Amino acid sequence: MKKSVFTLERTRPLTGDVWELVLTGDTSAITAPGQFVNLELPGKFLRRPISVCDWEEGRLTLLVKEAGEGTKELVRLGAGTALNTLSGLGNGFDFDPKTVGSAPVLVGGGIGAAPLYGLAGRMKAAGQRPAVVLGFRSKADAFYLEEFAALGLEVHAATEDASLGTRGFVTDVLESLPECRYVLACGPTAMLKAVHSLPQAGGQFSFEARMACGFGACVGCTIKTKKGLRRVCKDGPIFHKEDILW
Amino acid sequence: MVDLSVTLAGVTLKNPIIPASGTFGYGREFAEVYDLDILGSFSWKGTTRDPRPGNLQPRIAETDAGMLNAVGLQNPGMEAVLREEVPYIAKIFHGPVIANVCGFSLEEYAENCQKLDGVEQVKILEVNISCPNVHAGGTNFGSAPQSAAAVTRAARRATKKPLFLKLSPNVTDIAEIARACEAEGADGLCLINTLLGMRIDLNTKRPLLQNRTGGLSGPAVFPVALRMVWDVYEAVKLPVIGCGGVSSAEDAAEMMLAGASAVEVGAANLRDPWACKTMIENLPGVCARLGVENISDLTGGAHHG
Repeated sequence: MKKSVFTLERTRPLTGDVWELVLTGDTSAITAPGQFVNLELPGKFLRRPISVCDWEEGRLTLLVKEAGEGTKELVRLGAGTALNTLSGLGNGFDFDPKTVGSAPVLVGGGIGAAPLYGLAGRMKAAGQRPAVVLGFRSKADAFYLEEFAALGLEVHAATEDASLGTRGFVTDVLESLPECRYVLACGPTAMLKAVHSLPQAGGQFSFEARMACGFGACVGCTIKTKKGLRRVCKDGPIFHKEDILW
Repeated sequence: MVDLSVTLAGVTLKNPIIPASGTFGYGREFAEVYDLDILGSFSWKGTTRDPRPGNLQPRIAETDAGMLNAVGLQNPGMEAVLREEVPYIAKIFHGPVIANVCGFSLEEYAENCQKLDGVEQVKILEVNISCPNVHAGGTNFGSAPQSAAAVTRAARRATKKPLFLKLSPNVTDIAEIARACEAEGADGLCLINTLLGMRIDLNTKRPLLQNRTGGLSGPAVFPVALRMVWDVYEAVKLPVIGCGGVSSAEDAAEMMLAGASAVEVGAANLRDPWACKTMIENLPGVCARLGVENISDLTGGAHHG
């Protein structure tokens, strides 16, 4: 964990309520895709935990969905705004081929696609070729499909109204991918549960929780797992399929 | 050179800054952030006899200038703390430790205090009386002078270590509770615990916290805590640890002027893990500004003259 100041370089709306934020700052504490940063916002007591979409030296990309007051303000901050940030929080995805096998599938629901982009890029760089399945309510809610495709990966979309890709949910696409033996998933709880219940051999699932500290001290985000109580912020946010209790 | 040391019931702390129970775990997370030996002490997570999973999610809600928590005393239980946390604390912190103790019956308070009596590094027992009494319909021990006195009496018999009662602010007259604890042999008091509050989610029209209510902490409660420390300082002769919304060295100085001998820092640690370190670094400057060479001279200073 590192405390430092990131500067907002630019923001760009991707859909009606999802924004891309590009920041500059010290990214050295970020070591794995799936980790998050905790942003201090003006006038807000608690920081806002936001998963890392992508990063390189000196540069951080976040995708933020407007969910409440804090995120609504965050996406409207002007270029040049300095944000006090805790970075390098959480465990991140383990994408070692020994863990994920030869045909892993990245599964994202809505804003859950964000950390999968950085994961996809790093898997590609490591010579892996994961398939990508992204679910959205409709075409108007979809984002980052071109960015994933530009990595040279096979990208499948599902929308509830069939305005884009397969009609239905990410699970409908997954059932048509017989090769899928392992999933790396991030999305709403209902989606995670549905994916978790599929007969794939294994997988990793990124959880969300209301947090106070984001670094394990307050135990506000504790969940029950098969290995006992675990903090979403410090022991997670990524949990392995076999450990998860719903 | 300003002397930052303070004394609590015969226990010397190198400075008055103490991370508050429930915001600092058993020190592990913060030992990765800074050298804990800069601290005056730290108060470990409220510990019960049996392991407790705490409440269901969500347990945290934000408020203006603060937060609500309904963690529900999640802790690994006294045996696990003695076996795993105490030896680890000895590696990461070498000063006096304050052990926060909870209980759901007088017997449990006594048992927990007795088990800690032989732990060398624990120099002060801080007894949290904001726990429901399972034998009295779940009324909090801290909500009436009689039950607060009963906990003090039970704990007093079980330990020779300095005994500090951590008082609940959710009472009509906190000075009355303080006097009841003093009469039963408490060596000091810590106040305040969190203020009971709640939020409702406008999307679901239901309480935001699964537990419905939670404890309010953060800068929002600072003036309330300060006023209660003032009242208790006037009411008893015991040393007081001031706690509630302290976020800066200036806040710590205010708390001491109101009557605190030392200061606990809670929610500020969660917003900024380096909060206590920054406060300690800023204390000498604040003392210089206030014209004191010994920080302990601030205690109760606002009551005189």
